[in-house]
Amino acid sequence: MQTLFIVAILALGFLITFQIAKASEYVAVLRGEERARKQSNKVNAFMLLAFLIVGLIGVYYCNEKLKGKILGDPASDHGVLIDRMLYITLAITFIVFVITQIGLFWFSYKYQYSENRKAYYYPHNNKLELIWTVIPAITLTVLVGFGIFYWYKITGEAPKNAMQVEVVGSQFKWEFRYPGKDGIIGKKYYKNISGDNPLGQIWDDAANQDDIYVTGEPMHLVVNKPVKLIIGAKDVIHDVGLPHFRMKMDAVPGTPTTMWFTPTKTTAQMKKETNNPDFVYEISCDQMCGKGHWSMRGEIVVETQEEYDAWMAQQKPKYYAVFPDKDPSSKPKADTAAKAAVAVAGSY
Amino acid sequence: MSESIHIHPGSVGHEVAHDDHHHGHHEQSFITKYIFSQDHKTIGKQFLITGIIWAIIGGLFSVLFRLQLGFPGQSFPILETFFGHWAKGGTIQPEFYYALVTMHGTVLVFFVLTAGLSGTFANLLIPLQVGARDMASPFMNMLSYWFFFLASIVMISSMFIQTGPAAGGWTVYPPLSALGQASDGSKLGMDLWIVAMALFVVSSLLGGLNYIATILNMRTKGMSMTRLPLTIWALFFTAILGVLSFPVLLSGLILLLFDRNLGTSFYLSDIVVAGEVLPNEGGSAILFQHLFWFLGHPEVYIILLPAMGMVSEILSVNSRKPIFGYMAMLGSLFAIAILAFLVWAHHMFVTGLNPFLGSVFVLLTLLIAVPSAIKVFNWLTTLWRGNIRLFPSTLFAIGFVSLFISGGLTGIFLGNSTIDIHLHDTMFVVAHFHIVMGVASMFGMFAGIYHWFPKMFGRYLNSTLGYVHFWVTMIGAYLIFWPMHYEGLAGMPRRYLDKAIWKSFNQFGDLDKMITVVSIIVFAVQLMFVFNFFYSIFKGRKVTSTNPWGANTLEWTTPINPGHGNWEGEIPEVHRWAYDYGKDGREFIPQTEPVGANESKH
Repeated sequence: MQTLFIVAILALGFLITFQIAKASEYVAVLRGEERARKQSNKVNAFMLLAFLIVGLIGVYYCNEKLKGKILGDPASDHGVLIDRMLYITLAITFIVFVITQIGLFWFSYKYQYSENRKAYYYPHNNKLELIWTVIPAITLTVLVGFGIFYWYKITGEAPKNAMQVEVVGSQFKWEFRYPGKDGIIGKKYYKNISGDNPLGQIWDDAANQDDIYVTGEPMHLVVNKPVKLIIGAKDVIHDVGLPHFRMKMDAVPGTPTTMWFTPTKTTAQMKKETNNPDFVYEISCDQMCGKGHWSMRGEIVVETQEEYDAWMAQQKPKYYAVFPDKDPSSKPKADTAAKAAVAVAGSY
Repeated sequence: MSESIHIHPGSVGHEVAHDDHHHGHHEQSFITKYIFSQDHKTIGKQFLITGIIWAIIGGLFSVLFRLQLGFPGQSFPILETFFGHWAKGGTIQPEFYYALVTMHGTVLVFFVLTAGLSGTFANLLIPLQVGARDMASPFMNMLSYWFFFLASIVMISSMFIQTGPAAGGWTVYPPLSALGQASDGSKLGMDLWIVAMALFVVSSLLGGLNYIATILNMRTKGMSMTRLPLTIWALFFTAILGVLSFPVLLSGLILLLFDRNLGTSFYLSDIVVAGEVLPNEGGSAILFQHLFWFLGHPEVYIILLPAMGMVSEILSVNSRKPIFGYMAMLGSLFAIAILAFLVWAHHMFVTGLNPFLGSVFVLLTLLIAVPSAIKVFNWLTTLWRGNIRLFPSTLFAIGFVSLFISGGLTGIFLGNSTIDIHLHDTMFVVAHFHIVMGVASMFGMFAGIYHWFPKMFGRYLNSTLGYVHFWVTMIGAYLIFWPMHYEGLAGMPRRYLDKAIWKSFNQFGDLDKMITVVSIIVFAVQLMFVFNFFYSIFKGRKVTSTNPWGANTLEWTTPINPGHGNWEGEIPEVHRWAYDYGKDGREFIPQTEPVGANESKH
């Protein structure tokens, strides 16, 4: 019903506009086309000027209204560089934007058709053209210089003390793996992937036997400690998007990628800063990956080293879940459980 | 008519002479005149009308997915009536949403802004403005349209199959597009997409080679390359870009077809999809992106250059001033065309590309801003101290420049790999390319239609409707795409159909609503334009003079409704460049007028 109503209104509006347009054409023919043309020329010239003024106010208004809704200060060291580059670029482009748009609309208004004006024959001026070739070239050199400087900093080698976390995307979830005590992420082969070996770890590789596998809960990171993410995908291309850290890297099946950064604010700190008790760092999938792309969400918790250690202490290597008999901690536990059972039985 | 046709010696080849002869003597049947026509003007109109139909389809798709974005979860029962299980309960299903965005992109980029834009205006304008009776090969030209038509049929039919059309985005990245298990859209729909695009590439090559051959070989006497109007230069570079880059896309798509159907591993490696371990090893998913963007980036300029050319022409004609810096305009077109081939990897900064390679592409990408800046400043100077007639065509040309500035400047953000890390694949990108490539080129196309409609049909478009069309579209375009940049700055990824579950991106609900409402209004106004277009073909005010805009170029020396062969007498000879407006106190001096003894030099 509502839809029909909207369609009806549109149709009516359309009909009216068309009738007016038709009538104005007849009137123009009757009154003399030249006069009608001059009049519409004036109206449109005025509209162009109005568009410029209202448009610039609109740009300001839009910024006032929306600037609070973008993400606030970056939460990583690289994020600071990226934001700085962004604001340098914004400053320069905004100046160019204002000057050229004012020029465009002002000239269109100022030099609107008039019988008394003769257009100025001005086919070229080499000096002017040289100026506006050289100035943009210099400006862009500056932007390229800054850009590449930061780019190498961000994409360079991760520091030696960086912790490593593997991130694996698949339709439509994220899985994480920590290297365990040995600090080495074990080898894997995709054909090993099965129900109880979701990443395809090669169990013969000793480095795998202490690796911690985590899914369905947040990735844990330590504040002010560089982290190197080793990124992969199982089925199609995904992308690890970390908007608060300003970082992003594709997850490509068959071609592992990496990215590193240092989180500088704990989740608790961000909750306070943003005045938002529900604040979480989110992982978004930024590369179209199928019908659930929009819901491929992960979380990150940034915490202190102690909190991290406490969390890590509760985690068990995947290896022991697959081979429970190899788990050193499970045996004594099983013994106590058996003893307890006996004790319970004995009390009867 | 035929008796009066004389072919200018040395300017037009034998074949065309024969062709004219043939057509002059025999009444053409409806079929040879309007359907399998070899007249470049008719073929141009065929491209235009097919493009308009495609634009309505593609635009409608965007309205549908905007409904989902603006009102997520809300039920529109009418959608279920039309789309059945794709909109179960009146809400757009995710599969449907992704099919819509994919088809919107494919249709608008290829079928509207490539075929509809350069197909129309290259066909219409090249022979008319270089002074030729038709294309170098009218037959190939006809084939070019009909291959496009076939491509259209295949693409449309893919929308009616059970599993739906391609749904992996218009860039169809494998493995998503290669594996039917990963997405319904990657089943039969994807094969049809590839077939349609292959036919499209054939059409584009047939057309492009023809345009190049015509411009190089069939200029009339006196029409040296540097006397060509900028429209022709733009269309020339467009054709070269197309001829060199479309085959690369085709090769990439053929490999994809192999991966899909013949078990090869060009793009596939180490994949476990839906619990199934695939045997493919050693392929590279990134290889496809290199092949795709080697076309994909020049494609942006294939879309943009014709608009630039037409805008240059229209601004000059209607400000009654020569285009400022003709040679600089030409040089910047050339620079853009060259650089277009050297920047493709800026779409791939976050794919794990070697950082050094990335930095090279940053440099080359930002280099494009220099010729772009030259063009903008030259357009501004063209308007400066002009005597500007604000027809709908002029307004759209001014709108084009405004949008090109806005969208071009945000390109400086994205072309800088450092900033791109954050903005890549967010709504910022969507805002950027819609403004600079989508809407701007559309504006160029509208400007061209309003300007050359009298030449096409011998009638005018209703200009009041034209003004309404311009203002609503202009204001709407900025309202839709300007605030969208902020969503991207917040990191909101593209192609998210509902943000409710996200904590970082769900703060833009009102904005998304506003954008949806505006886009519906803008779409309705485009339908009004379409109505104006078809109504005016039959009922528009008749053109009474051969040169209604007082323009210098050759197309305005033909009769009001030129027949096949364009000029009744000899093809006129050209004595000067196309931009002698306001020279020596005269409002305009057509290209056909010999240079006077006392004329000042420029």
